[in-house]
Amino acid sequence: MTMLHTVNKSPFEKESLSTCLRLSEDGSSILLIEDAIYAALEGTTTSDSIKNAMKTRKVYALQDDINARGVQDKVMDGIEQVDYAGFVNLVTEHDTVQSWV
Amino acid sequence: MSEVKKFLYVNRRAPYGTIYAWESLEVVLIGAAFDQDVTLAFVDDGVFQLTKGHDTAGIGMKNFTPTYAALGDYDINKIYVEKESLEARGLTIDDLQHLVWEDEDEDWAEKDSIKVVSASELAEIMGQQDIVLSF
Repeated sequence: MTMLHTVNKSPFEKESLSTCLRLSEDGSSILLIEDAIYAALEGTTTSDSIKNAMKTRKVYALQDDINARGVQDKVMDGIEQVDYAGFVNLVTEHDTVQSWV
Repeated sequence: MSEVKKFLYVNRRAPYGTIYAWESLEVVLIGAAFDQDVTLAFVDDGVFQLTKGHDTAGIGMKNFTPTYAALGDYDINKIYVEKESLEARGLTIDDLQHLVWEDEDEDWAEKDSIKVVSASELAEIMGQQDIVLSF
């Protein structure tokens, strides 16, 4: 069973991301969308938690949400940016999707 | 003549994920028509409202951030950004839009509207207000 976790809340405002990181298994995938793309930025108070997660899990971020927020240049290395078609592919490639709304 | 009051708008939400940021800007612009003493504060995720280079074509939402550049024309030139919030998010003032206003008392000299202030400085500014509106 492979699971895709989607997170859409800012890591600075809600616990969604930290709970997702705590409750997701090694080998699962995490897709950051909407305000959760701020978790993909380098040099923040939450960067280390994502870097740590990337050792055992794959982390993606939705490119259009990054572009909308003007932070294209600050996304950390190792995060794969996907478009909407890529989002759909991720959903089909995993057995289940957990949305941390 | 009515009394001029000191209004502070406190912005603490990221843009687009919720409607707070845009709603705040709308209220600020409406309020600007009433000739009050207006101050804006950007704290927590609110600092993301001021980052430059937004391109919202891909998310089907209006990019309202160019409107911040018009605030100077409405005599809104006291815009405070909390230093601690910027640092926690890996941002500096260089990541923010360069907002200016023209000082008519100094031959319309262009001056910066945004000031980065510490939490204690912002607390002092908040303490001087008549009315605080939170978004």
